[in-house]
Amino acid sequence: MPVVLEHLGKSFGDGAPVLDDVNANIGKGEFVALLGASGCGKSTLLNIMAGLEAPSSGALEVPSDGAAFMFQDAALFPWLTARENIELALKLRNVRKAERKAKAQELLELVHLGTAGDKRPHELSGGMRQRVSLARSLAQDRQLLLMDEPFAALDAITRDLLHDELERIWKETGRTIVFVTHNVREAVRLGQRVLLLSSRPGRVVQEWAVTEEHRTDAGLAGQLTGVITARLREEIRRHAK
Amino acid sequence: MPSNPTPLAEAPSEPVETRHVHAALTRSSTGREDLRELESGLDSLQSDADRKHRIDWSRVLLPIAALVALVLIWQFYVSLGVKRRDLVPGPLDVAAQMGVLWNEGKLQESVWTSMQRGLVGFVISVAIATPVGLLLAQVAPLRRAFGPLISGLQVLPSVAWVPAAIIWFGLTDATVYFVIFMGAIPSIINGLISGVDQIPPQYRRVGTVLGASRLQMALQIILPAALPGYLSGLKQGWAFSWRSLMAAEIIAVGGTIGFGLGSLLDQGRQLSDMSVVMAAILLILAVGILIELLVFAPIEKRLLRSRGLLSGSTR
Repeated sequence: MPVVLEHLGKSFGDGAPVLDDVNANIGKGEFVALLGASGCGKSTLLNIMAGLEAPSSGALEVPSDGAAFMFQDAALFPWLTARENIELALKLRNVRKAERKAKAQELLELVHLGTAGDKRPHELSGGMRQRVSLARSLAQDRQLLLMDEPFAALDAITRDLLHDELERIWKETGRTIVFVTHNVREAVRLGQRVLLLSSRPGRVVQEWAVTEEHRTDAGLAGQLTGVITARLREEIRRHAK
Repeated sequence: MPSNPTPLAEAPSEPVETRHVHAALTRSSTGREDLRELESGLDSLQSDADRKHRIDWSRVLLPIAALVALVLIWQFYVSLGVKRRDLVPGPLDVAAQMGVLWNEGKLQESVWTSMQRGLVGFVISVAIATPVGLLLAQVAPLRRAFGPLISGLQVLPSVAWVPAAIIWFGLTDATVYFVIFMGAIPSIINGLISGVDQIPPQYRRVGTVLGASRLQMALQIILPAALPGYLSGLKQGWAFSWRSLMAAEIIAVGGTIGFGLGSLLDQGRQLSDMSVVMAAILLILAVGILIELLVFAPIEKRLLRSRGLLSGSTR
């Protein structure tokens, strides 16, 4: 099990807990979509898994070499070209110079940006930037890849394509992916499992398995989306005054 | 939510030519090649076409026109004869005086001496201020302790250091350099610190996630990210060194101190020769403008353009 979360809790200062008693097991090579409304502590949970924040209570087990992370905005460095951004990740991993070059080109081609490597981030479209960002997180070469709503700011056409792209890359690289989203369709489209987090405090309240049939049968996928949406709304309604 | 389920059961056995596309919920492309093609189409739709940068003549002609207009107004005012000509010399008188200074070799000597000192002083200031600035920006207790002092030093006119420097170092070049340092170093440090403060917090998080050590973070991420702020600190640092230098040269004359533009200005005052004074002021101004136009402006423009920060500005 690359990721085990046991009774994980997190609160900031004296405030109400953001996360409370989160339990989850994520297997090697699994694609898990973490779904929740605003304020459910999705990002906090991801930060804890990435080691950016410490939990207040409970225990977690993550791979010892840490996790790769992909942010909502591409967070590319504007003073570096697409290629140099990827190379920086390799450099900080102490990959030798000759090797870096070949590896960066390989990763650029993996995300279908073989010819755009020398462009600066501001010369790329939003979708291209996110692909560079994906390539950079793959350059980290960690088994676990954490993604914090990486496609939320993209237009619908680009997002649909990147879903296909991410699925393809996941299958090719065998990474374990935890994908945070507030979009039910996206969760059903990508995850093998969808975990629903409640809001304030965040806690895993239900999970659904998504099968290969859901990938090709829009009716089936629609049905599941409906079920999950209903459950999510129930969660949101609890907070009505 | 699509309410009418489309027939899908036979989808895998379909010939490749007929592409079934189901929105958002299912796979929308039919394979690796199809996906690559779609993405490259979208990429070219969403990227701007490359634009060529041409020389914009208004950038050259407008400042020249403004300069010519000012000189004409000046000449016109002088020709009205409101004040005595030896108190308010015209542009022609000043130009003639510059010719005389050139023939005496004083003009070349003073410009060369001052520029040399200014540049050497500035370069040393940069070498001192950069590591100190990075250290202050990165280490919170140090910054809390010394930050107010450095800001204060920036406000303190560096000319205030001239008397102290003369007492410590006498009439030597050390006096001049000391005053330059006291002017330039604090402003470069402050520029670097404010550049670091303006870095989006996201960059540090990315650095941490990518596994950067403290030193790598400072050199590979913080310093390049802070470059625009650092550069405006450098610009200000140069301005402060140039000003401090002039102040020092005007006050400290003689000894082993060479003959600079400030010394020329002071000489004009002692001889009550207004055309020398005006010539010196114009030369000091010209050097400042030249350095800005030839050194800082191109660097700044390149830096901003490469980061996509120039579009829509009036530069």
